[in-house]
Amino acid sequence: MTLHEPIAIGRLASPRPRLAEILLWLTPAVAYFLFPDNLALGVSIMTYAVAVLALDLALGYAGIVSLGHAAFFGIGAYTAGLLTIHGWREPLTGLLIAGAVSLCAGFLGSLLVVRGKDLTRLMVTLGLGLVVFELANRMSGITGGVDGLSGIDVAPLFGVFEFDLYGRTAWWYSYAVLFGVFVFLRVVLASPFGLSLRGIREGGKRMPALGASVESRLRVAFTLSAGLAGISGGLLAQTTQFVGVDSLSVPLAAEFLVMLVLGGTGRLYGALAGTALFLIARERLADLNPVYWEFWMGVLLMAVVLFLRGGLVGALARLWARLRPASEGGAR
Amino acid sequence: MSGTSSLFSPEAGAALSTKGLTRVWGAFVANSDIDFALPTGARHALIGPNGAGKTTFINMLTGVLAPSSGQVFIGGEEVTGLSQEKRVAKGVARTFQINNLFPGLTVLESVLLAILERKGEGDRWFRPLRAYKPEIEEAMELIRDLGLEAQAGEETQRLAYGKQRLVEIALALATRPRILLLDEPAAGVPAGESAEVFSVIARLPREVSILFIEHDMDLVRRFSERITVLVAGKILTEGAPEEIMSDPRVREVYLGEGHD
Repeated sequence: MTLHEPIAIGRLASPRPRLAEILLWLTPAVAYFLFPDNLALGVSIMTYAVAVLALDLALGYAGIVSLGHAAFFGIGAYTAGLLTIHGWREPLTGLLIAGAVSLCAGFLGSLLVVRGKDLTRLMVTLGLGLVVFELANRMSGITGGVDGLSGIDVAPLFGVFEFDLYGRTAWWYSYAVLFGVFVFLRVVLASPFGLSLRGIREGGKRMPALGASVESRLRVAFTLSAGLAGISGGLLAQTTQFVGVDSLSVPLAAEFLVMLVLGGTGRLYGALAGTALFLIARERLADLNPVYWEFWMGVLLMAVVLFLRGGLVGALARLWARLRPASEGGAR
Repeated sequence: MSGTSSLFSPEAGAALSTKGLTRVWGAFVANSDIDFALPTGARHALIGPNGAGKTTFINMLTGVLAPSSGQVFIGGEEVTGLSQEKRVAKGVARTFQINNLFPGLTVLESVLLAILERKGEGDRWFRPLRAYKPEIEEAMELIRDLGLEAQAGEETQRLAYGKQRLVEIALALATRPRILLLDEPAAGVPAGESAEVFSVIARLPREVSILFIEHDMDLVRRFSERITVLVAGKILTEGAPEEIMSDPRVREVYLGEGHD
């Protein structure tokens, strides 16, 4: 009838990319050609971004604050590493298996995590992280203990592209995986399931009154998130050819959380921006002072949380909305 | 004078009924031995002073709260042990006294969410929301019915309070209830707009049986066909509006407390 309906429908989440997004996804490729000597940083940003995206599914959409995501990340990393060491050197299937193992671990974890309220959940995920870390530490016969797993020699991608010293193959490989995970999440989150997760985050108490089972929905989200974190870990193992026990550590899980909050939760792009910001800032800050870089990271974190509601991407979105107030609801 | 047993035996014929429903917290008895029947198609008001246990009663009907003893029946079937979600599937919907909405979702998203949950689509991962054309159309129809069309694309938290109360009702209606429980639907709505909220309710089809809690006696008189008075967790009396309004016991209860 009027314009209200198309506007309202236009605000429903959609998996369709906008032009700006397509351009945005081309920027890493530009960086590839502009900074051919610093591919490792790009690889590491794209690798961790997968884990932070996974965390965004759990925290930003389903509202589960997790300090245990390094556990699933690390399980994926060890799975991929161990597979290679024991002769399964094909990277893509290795990565999928890593994700599948983490998915199973995530499902088991989800049975504990979705009970209780926010603080309980946070503590359960923290407990899971600690338990898995110490298990890996103790099972040094398998995991290499504090020495980590080395000698991970991945077969060429598609049997053709060697993982070279410059990290070219690793770069394109992680770019493709990141893109795949992003598209997957984008599709899932534009579905009724995605809407229901946002519903739980926004009004979890109302959901049962609509006939929805909150717990089962959260279990699925957490499990899925764990599986994606495992893919991220697998990617790390394959591209760096090393897995250390710190890939399972709670401090790493906290870093994921910091990356996500810096970028902004619940918008996917926040995960990407936050990971890039964190890792680039860390590299720059560590150049300035290799010992005290965390001081400035702490300052940055507080500044973002206190003054940039919705993180970097949230602030940009508001700025964008303010710059074009002409059409009603120009934010989108 | 009624007030003792109603025309309807507790289980049969009623859309919703209770038998001996009781809820205690320690020594405090919030609801005591309530026998109640809501006939199909009813427009039934539940009134009583603050703290009479009205919301407790609704919470037990919907499964938010487990009774200490007693039973709840939907269409003759016992549902006392069923969860809130399962009772929704049996056609019970409610609104909340204090807004219980999805602040960051738009009105359309909220209503669509309710419709998709009703249809059991909430678990679907790969079908984009925009492909749900009939559901979107249904949501927009409901939104138009409630006069919320201009706000359909707005985040619920940005709506005026009176409009948010209408979203409360929209969410309940989106579940296509056979039984609708309204906990002070016009609470907090400016005086001039509360009749608007109730006119929406009055337009609902007769298949929907309605029980509502309301403090405004004028609204109760206009929109109810039968009234149950709850005092201190017990049913004081039940009857047609004019009987209740002229009942000296009811007048006493209401004069005794400076009601608003």
